[in-house]
Amino acid sequence: MPEAAAFAEYVIEFRQAGYVVPSKTPRSILHEVSLGVTDGEVLAILGRSGSGKTSLVKLINRILGFTSGDVLVGGTSVSEWNLIQLRRGIGYVIQEIGLFPHLTVRDNVCIVPELERWPLDRIHRRFLEVMALVGLNADEFGNRYPRQLSGGQRQRVGVARALAADPRILLMDEPFGALDPITRAELQQVFLDLSRRVRKTIVLVTHDLREALLLGTRVVLLHAGRVVASASPEEFLKLQQPEVREFVAASELRLGHIP
Amino acid sequence: MTLWSFFATHRQEILAAIEQHLMLVGISIFIAILIAVPLGILAVTRPRLRALSLALANIFQTIPSLALFGFLIPLPFLGGIGARTAIVALVLYALLPILRNTYVGLTSIEPAILEAAEAMGMSGSQVMFRVRLPLAKGFILAGIRTATVITIGIATIAAAIGAGGLGTFIFRGVAMVSNVVILAGAIPAAILALLADYALGFLERLWKVN
Repeated sequence: MPEAAAFAEYVIEFRQAGYVVPSKTPRSILHEVSLGVTDGEVLAILGRSGSGKTSLVKLINRILGFTSGDVLVGGTSVSEWNLIQLRRGIGYVIQEIGLFPHLTVRDNVCIVPELERWPLDRIHRRFLEVMALVGLNADEFGNRYPRQLSGGQRQRVGVARALAADPRILLMDEPFGALDPITRAELQQVFLDLSRRVRKTIVLVTHDLREALLLGTRVVLLHAGRVVASASPEEFLKLQQPEVREFVAASELRLGHIP
Repeated sequence: MTLWSFFATHRQEILAAIEQHLMLVGISIFIAILIAVPLGILAVTRPRLRALSLALANIFQTIPSLALFGFLIPLPFLGGIGARTAIVALVLYALLPILRNTYVGLTSIEPAILEAAEAMGMSGSQVMFRVRLPLAKGFILAGIRTATVITIGIATIAAAIGAGGLGTFIFRGVAMVSNVVILAGAIPAAILALLADYALGFLERLWKVN
């Protein structure tokens, strides 16, 4: 990481960042988002479909490039970072997981350390560590292929892969969205456990209010490409903005009363 | 004269023709792979190259094979009478199936897999060689299989420009109005095609991911 990293106030910072889909008919997705994520924070980004939450996360590892304002990682604009170095320092977990079907669990998990040319024994030790972190038996699962795993096991491998190179930042886009409710609750526990044991700055995208309140140390609500609320989980439910009330009401309609 | 007695009396000659035939096909497919696979790889990131190379390969495919052999004869270096000209023509025919399958295989990968690869900081060539190519190899092999079967058939026509192979018997049989002699070329050619199809199909299943 560049020099500035040590002095930066925020690990991730959006400064009036905007994103417009570059095409013949430009579509504006994010408007003047200003947001800072401090070291060790778990920022849960809430929003309904189309609110721009996925795009927001993708601006951080530059899967999408911001089109106005600035996005900084470790105090340096992502546009100035070497793209490969930027991404190697950011773990990325998505709903579709995206495991490599032609590689075993072990090779999937160890791919970034391998790309980084770690010594073999260190890769092996790290493999055992991250498998333990996500609650998978390394001996039992190491040589299996993704197609031989259940959905929940696959996502555990996805999380292990994102953690393998010990990145400072972890981005998770609806990581448990495709799982059944029981497996989902199980993985949320894995996540809680893990976020306490390893100190990472985590940005978690979800449309599930309960998940955001359970896992986040801070909850942000995105509405039509703008940040409309930012509060601790305890404070969030007390907020009076219409967008928050509406979102909470819609969630309660679906899930019952949220304490 | 029965087919069997013809086979018996001309065994050496038929075996030599099979060997020649296999050489023509083998060399042509080998060269076609060397051209089409890298071209397919380059085409993934270069839309204009993709359009151009697929259009060209398509055009070659539409030229009747006998006509293509004829066109090639007067050309310097590539043309003339004999095996070299035949190989040039066969390579041109084999290009399309291999190129098309390579391109389709490399580009029909689940977007989430490519996004994960990109997000973990793989360079373009790492994505190509560690992700796209291994996942596309079944497709590529299927293209090679199609090309091989086509080429075994078309290679019989190569005899018309003096390249030898099993077509020799077919043309001789046509000239002699002898079905037996035609079949002495046609049957081994058909068997070769079936065997190649089966063997490459087996390899394809072995290689298939998922």
